Amino acid sequence: MAALCVEELLARAEQRAAEPHRSVAVEKELELEFDLGNLLALDRNPPPSMPRAAGAQRESRLRSLARDNTQLLVAQLWGLPAGRAEGATGPLVAQLPEPSYRLPREKPLPRPRPPTRWEQFARLKGIRRRKRTSLVWDEAAKQWRRRWGYERAGGDPARDWLIEVPAGADPNEDQFAKRLRDKREKVARNEFNRLRNIARGALPGRGLHPTGHQSRAELGRATQVARVSTASLGRFQPRLPKEPAAPPPRGGKKRHFAPLLGDLAAERSRQLELLRGLGSKKPPLDLTRAVNKQLREEDAQAAAGKGRKRGQRGKRGRQRPGGGKGPAGGKKGGARRQQQRPAGRKRS
Amino acid sequence: MRPLTEEETRALFEKLAKYIGENIQLLVDRPDGSYCFRLHKDRVYYVSERILKVATSIPGDKLVALGTCFGKFTKTQKFRLHVTALDYLAPYAKYKVWVKPGAEQSFLYGNHVLKSGLGRITENTAQYQGVVVYSMADVPLVSDSAGRGVDCSSENSDELALSRVVLIQVGA
Repeated sequence: MAALCVEELLARAEQRAAEPHRSVAVEKELELEFDLGNLLALDRNPPPSMPRAAGAQRESRLRSLARDNTQLLVAQLWGLPAGRAEGATGPLVAQLPEPSYRLPREKPLPRPRPPTRWEQFARLKGIRRRKRTSLVWDEAAKQWRRRWGYERAGGDPARDWLIEVPAGADPNEDQFAKRLRDKREKVARNEFNRLRNIARGALPGRGLHPTGHQSRAELGRATQVARVSTASLGRFQPRLPKEPAAPPPRGGKKRHFAPLLGDLAAERSRQLELLRGLGSKKPPLDLTRAVNKQLREEDAQAAAGKGRKRGQRGKRGRQRPGGGKGPAGGKKGGARRQQQRPAGRKRS
Repeated sequence: MRPLTEEETRALFEKLAKYIGENIQLLVDRPDGSYCFRLHKDRVYYVSERILKVATSIPGDKLVALGTCFGKFTKTQKFRLHVTALDYLAPYAKYKVWVKPGAEQSFLYGNHVLKSGLGRITENTAQYQGVVVYSMADVPLVSDSAGRGVDCSSENSDELALSRVVLIQVGA
């Protein structure tokens, strides 16, 4: 048995070696239409005639047709711009263009959600939604109070010390208990209606309640919504052992700083650029300074001309211009000096 | 601990430029080592690369300081220069003011320097120019430990002997 298999293998190998290499060129009457985004090739050539009877021949003809068209498609793929994924040693990856052929819809259109009980009623009665004000006038407290919550209008606990027995009511009935009971009933009725709406699929969360007939994708969506429905929006929810790690959050106002020990040379060059930019913004001419400089020079010349004896008085020689008047008089002093100058100043 | 952002670097350099002008590039680009500015808990530290690498192994909440503290950023992101930066500013200062021994103590205790207490001053010092104050022994001083900067008003009015020469500006 084994010997037979080996002989078969050898025979097949010989056959393959004997065959010439199949060429890559394919001849077609009409060019194929390609949609490389979908890896689609449309062959509009008339199919080769295949008589019904011949089974094996038909098979081989179909096979060669498929092979030719695939060859053409792959040739087109090799013409796409390519890059190496994951660095220089990764696999060669072609960049597919955007798909142009619109594939038909896989699933039927979703049906619109049925209206809730209230929505039906409102439509019937013609009730429309009115925008509510955030503050309500509280007559008892004589001020604007919020509609609900802390210190709400009409919710003052001191108000409840007395309930008047209404006209037709039983005088021995406990009105406080009645009020409590009524409130409980109202809440329970509301809850019942809410659950009924959910069961009818009228609420937005209609894919998220376990029915036992959900697909994997629906369950995944439900899991995601459940994860995010925490106070921290799912940031600290533990993950299952094989669940993939959270994708990095995008957007938001998180600041990103440069790495601590990053490229110090680059940092230095950036700082030097900044310095250059800062330095170029200096004002070109400061008039006060220019005038004062001029005055100083004149003073120095005059002092040098007058005599050397003043220069020996301690370190405070005439090199230093006179101390300033202080901020209040500084600029005015300069201006005044400018006016005094032409009149001539006698130095004692 | 992190490097400074663009705005923070600009604020820092603008403040330093008041005292040392374009000599900041000598601080940034030093021939004898690679130094950089790092921000840790709102304080700016000038630190060499070697020390920075060692400091990264200390947990952030336990790290007190590293290198030299130049100053800190206030809540509204203004940069306030501290006296600990003096060692690096003094050698590069553009405008210097020397204070007489008599006025030195008064200055250190927070008073202005009057004209009579002024020993020497660099030429061409403009009004409100940032200066570094030295004692007559060429020891750099600053007004107090909070690092308040010093401004000089230098006009040519030598008639007024008691005019205030060196003002202590709140918030360098």
